[in-house]
Amino acid sequence: MNALISQLINLFASVILILAFAMLSQRRIVNLIHLYTWQGLAVVGSTVVVAYVTHQHHLFYSAALTFLLKVILIPYFLHRLINRLNVRWDIETLFNIPTLMIIGIILVVFAFNVALPIAKFSDTVAHGTLGIALACILLSFLMMITRAKAVPQVIGFLAMENALFLAATSATYGMPMVVELGIALDVLVGILILGVFMFQIREQFDSLDIRHLEKLKED
Amino acid sequence: MNPLYFVFGTPLLGGVVLALIGHRSYARDVNVAFSAGSFIASCVLTVQIIADGPLFALEKQFFIDPLNVFLVTLTAFVGMTTSIFSRPYMRVEQDHGKMTPGRMRLYHSMYQFFAFTMLVALTTNNMGTLWVSMEAATLTTVLLVSVYRTPASLEAAWKYFILCGVGIAQALFGTILLYMAADRVIPDGVDALLWTNLDAVKTQLNPTIISLAFVFLLLGYGTKVGLVPVHNWLPDAHAEGPTPISAVLSGLLLNVALYAVLRCKILTDGALQSQFAGELMIGFGLLSVVAASFFLFRQKDVKRMFAYSSIEHMGLMTFAFGMGGPIANFAGLLHMTLHSLVKSAIFFSVGHATQKAGTQLMEDIRGLIKVSPTVGWGLMLGSLAILGMPPFGVFASEFLILTTAMRDLPWATPLLLLALGISFAAIFSRVQPMVFGVTSVKPLAHPPALVPVFVHLGLGLMLGFYIPPYLNDWYLQAARLIGGQ
Repeated sequence: MNALISQLINLFASVILILAFAMLSQRRIVNLIHLYTWQGLAVVGSTVVVAYVTHQHHLFYSAALTFLLKVILIPYFLHRLINRLNVRWDIETLFNIPTLMIIGIILVVFAFNVALPIAKFSDTVAHGTLGIALACILLSFLMMITRAKAVPQVIGFLAMENALFLAATSATYGMPMVVELGIALDVLVGILILGVFMFQIREQFDSLDIRHLEKLKED
Repeated sequence: MNPLYFVFGTPLLGGVVLALIGHRSYARDVNVAFSAGSFIASCVLTVQIIADGPLFALEKQFFIDPLNVFLVTLTAFVGMTTSIFSRPYMRVEQDHGKMTPGRMRLYHSMYQFFAFTMLVALTTNNMGTLWVSMEAATLTTVLLVSVYRTPASLEAAWKYFILCGVGIAQALFGTILLYMAADRVIPDGVDALLWTNLDAVKTQLNPTIISLAFVFLLLGYGTKVGLVPVHNWLPDAHAEGPTPISAVLSGLLLNVALYAVLRCKILTDGALQSQFAGELMIGFGLLSVVAASFFLFRQKDVKRMFAYSSIEHMGLMTFAFGMGGPIANFAGLLHMTLHSLVKSAIFFSVGHATQKAGTQLMEDIRGLIKVSPTVGWGLMLGSLAILGMPPFGVFASEFLILTTAMRDLPWATPLLLLALGISFAAIFSRVQPMVFGVTSVKPLAHPPALVPVFVHLGLGLMLGFYIPPYLNDWYLQAARLIGGQ
């Protein structure tokens, strides 16, 4: 039973990792949001499984909170945002996707090497996924660096938050409830502010291309 | 009733009230009133601490000890003086058409919420809440940095948001690892993130997990401290936002972030029983001091220049705390206090100067002393104070840091001296013609609020001669708490 459960948790974690890779190479903005929603759902799934096995009741609450926030509210908000900004069908040119994938794989190997010595100290059922969580953090980071448009950058930022949530469940059965509520609030306020922000950027530059935002170079 | 609740309850209420009042002309007075209320509460709190010693509140979720008590008062104080400064300053900005009524509402409300997040970050006992409030501090200020909606300010705010967001995400990962290590020692999970509980069991925390956690925490909170190489957001955000915001970012937010690093360092030192954390901080600190001093020379914008000076001084403090030991820690704490006071005073003078000259470019600001002697002298004395001229207090703290470095890390001393020399040349050679020289600046419609400038500089001067005994005690106790060596 336990072996099956930990297989299930690992399965969810691998889905999250694959989705992180998919986001890294996805060029269409609307598809990025779909991928993000699926990733959120996978995070919820793995949290529910961990909560069910360990009888940690607060994990059910945080799974519900995550579902509400990352599967419903934020994707809904993002869809509305891209509709109003008229960038729904925008395609971003990404150079050298194969190279990006190889860098991504190197990051995963690196993350596993860093996480391995620590994961063995954790006695949670999901300790194997700590490496995956760290890998997802680094992949989201890579995504943010390689994107030139504002919306994909923000989605990279949100994916990083997903990965951090996964890390918290796999290492410690989640953070204390107060902290988790605080983090959720910060994410929600953050995304609202970013929404306001995108309209300001568009109004000023007539485009959401971050390449316009490189005037303040170090002279 | 515990005065601690009033310390951060007042700005929270203020944020809500000011959002409701909107742009009415008395909003700026209400802003001052709420900041003053918070400061008075912090004074009452201080008196109580002097009488009764450290305290806990709200089931140990909040606490006051020698390390945060003076920072709370300092934060509330600078918050108040900055709100006084911002009264005439923002009025002129409104006259110039840079601030619309809606923006004024946003500005006042967010100013109070920002003060609230910093005070919570300082007084919370929970490492998770500390993270949440640090992130909230970014969120409240990001719209203030872009409040003028110019291309440059939008760029600065975007950089600020993304860089600090990514940085603070690293700190969250560090906090998760910290919780993981604590979970193995403290059985009741809910209280395992309370700093006092962690401090009690720090020697039993797993060293492998803690060392990795500290790397992430230092990188994460270090981004907000403005340590090189993760400092890029800082000069932009300081230069493009309204000057009162530059003053509180530089004088307060950077301190709060460094305070978070210190809390983590104490735990790491206890768990590792080695110099690992200190050495990392020495490295980052020294790099920041040296790199910032070279960047200083290339600046044309006055606010950017003083932003780089902030990076330099934050680096110097990080370096001092990295060395550890009673003297270096004492010097670091003193430097934290002085930098806050003096740097915000400089930004106040710079704010009025740039408004008078109508530009932030240093070569276009000339002869301030002829039009407005107080602004000119404020800028001159402030610059001399921050450059470490005796008899100002910065001289004392820098002297202590340098002599400790000579004893413990002789190889670092020439680098520090070189950096301090370069920044002296860079800043002094720019400020001198701005203050003296042939003038082109015009007087302002509303008289500038210069009392805060001279109160800050007066305090900076006083700390060079005389440190009140209780403040001295706190510094000593906090220095012992931070430990090292």
